[in-house]
Amino acid sequence: MAREIHGMVEKRGAGLWLTHVFMIIGVLIIFFPIWLAFVASTVTQPEIVRPPMPLLPGDQFVENYTKALFSGVNVPVATMLFNSLIMAIGIAVGKIVISLLSAFAIVYFRFPGRMIFFWMIFLTLMLPVEVRIVPTYEVVAGFGMLNSYGGLIFPLIASATATFLFRQFFLTIPDELAEAARVDGASPMRFFWDIVVPMSRTNVAALFVILFIYGWNQYLWPLLITTDPEMNTIVMGIKQMFPSGDDTADWPVIMATSILAMIPPVIVVISMQRLFIRGLVDSEK
Amino acid sequence: MEKRVIFRGWLLPALLIAPQVLISAVFFFYPAGQAIWQSLFIPDPFGLSSQFVGLGNFEFLLSDRFYRASFATTAVFSILVTLCSMIPALFLAVIADRLIKGSGVYRTMLIWPYAVAPAIAGVLWLFMFNTRVGVVSWYLGTLGYDWNHVLNGGEAMGLVVVASAWGRISYNFLFFFAALQAVPRSVIEAAAIDGARFWKRFWTIVLPLLSPTTFFLLVVNVVYSFFETFGVIHTITSGGPQQSTTILVYKVFSDGFVGQDLGSSSAQSVILLVVVGLLTIIQFKFVEKRVHY
Repeated sequence: MAREIHGMVEKRGAGLWLTHVFMIIGVLIIFFPIWLAFVASTVTQPEIVRPPMPLLPGDQFVENYTKALFSGVNVPVATMLFNSLIMAIGIAVGKIVISLLSAFAIVYFRFPGRMIFFWMIFLTLMLPVEVRIVPTYEVVAGFGMLNSYGGLIFPLIASATATFLFRQFFLTIPDELAEAARVDGASPMRFFWDIVVPMSRTNVAALFVILFIYGWNQYLWPLLITTDPEMNTIVMGIKQMFPSGDDTADWPVIMATSILAMIPPVIVVISMQRLFIRGLVDSEK
Repeated sequence: MEKRVIFRGWLLPALLIAPQVLISAVFFFYPAGQAIWQSLFIPDPFGLSSQFVGLGNFEFLLSDRFYRASFATTAVFSILVTLCSMIPALFLAVIADRLIKGSGVYRTMLIWPYAVAPAIAGVLWLFMFNTRVGVVSWYLGTLGYDWNHVLNGGEAMGLVVVASAWGRISYNFLFFFAALQAVPRSVIEAAAIDGARFWKRFWTIVLPLLSPTTFFLLVVNVVYSFFETFGVIHTITSGGPQQSTTILVYKVFSDGFVGQDLGSSSAQSVILLVVVGLLTIIQFKFVEKRVHY
């Protein structure tokens, strides 16, 4: 009996195959743009500009990627990759550090104005950088931070999601631990380093994955504040590789760049899939 | 909820909270305040002085044909992006949920596009539909359809919608899949015993059980299509042709940085601020409900 019900609910035989076929078609459609970009990055320019371009990889892989990485169009892609890496890591680490500290202060201390600060941080949840670009640009320009890593990173770590996440988590840490630390005469910072930080490891890792991708994929902000090609990040720099006017774009190099731009975040997501999904669910709660 | 055990002192916590407060003040509150302040002025063409106009910028905006068109464009765009990313995601999640084996492999493949930046997604889709070299536009041409999103506003909108929705399918898939896995098997099996076929079970049992996830994703995807799709639009259409893909966020950028109209751009920022506020309230109301659920 149980087996029959099972058969009604889960597909077997022909139905199972059909389900797999649907799934594979779905995956192929979703994957097609990436595949095409990869193919384009392994063929020659004439093969692309005389449509239809081939749908299977060619033999120019090494040539195109070498050209992209070391000469690029305006600036070597290797430079842009490096800038993106600094920006993504800077945003992820910066946000995690300041949030761990402030969440610890809010949860474990009572100080004047505590709730005001709490609501202040809460407000920053509401306003994405896209909405306040002009005045933020003026502030950063005023500090002389255009074309600098500081200018790329700081405005994007002024947000409260991570603080809230850590606050929620710290509230679940048993009071007995803080009690014991206090009885033993441990200082608050010692408690923070020896108990709170190690306990938050998984949360930190999950958040790192999400924030790394957030930082890596930024477009508008780097577009505004990096006028020097040497400071371009790869995600914004790719648009600068298209010629203005009627010239034909160097498609193989551009497509190689787009593949290079997606590799680091894809590696992070795939290799830390469980942490990533956890981070996604946590940070949206 | 409050901690029972707390540490004493105020200097240490003040130091701990200082970095975040400082960064928020300098890069968030000051610029946000500036946006509100500037929205009340019209700067002269040389940027030397500005004239107080009260709500003049807002009055002008709300009667401006282009701004109203941008509102409508944003509405159409976000509805389409939300639908185009949620429906395929739900479909794929339902199929993946029926497979006991192999769903992990499919899931890994389907997560990929999430990691692709919106701007890069724009480049990929632009490449496929490019009027000169695009593969898809070429095959459409052989079928007798002349694809040209550079001139045709409807096609431009279609392309930015698909390019924006593409990466979101992964995201929505993950949430739908997790929710489907959480539907109790016993409920489904009970319905199966009562003779309910798959689609009947889906409409009457599974979909209602998914409604919290669906509602959550609706809000999140609308927020996404409002604020995070700038890269797609900038790389594919730059807001054209004839502003047919100029969504509100794009207009803040093009009026503020390209057009140098600071008063209007700031007023637009303030209007967007109100929109974000409303969306956030909806989201939080819902999240609260979900916590008690």
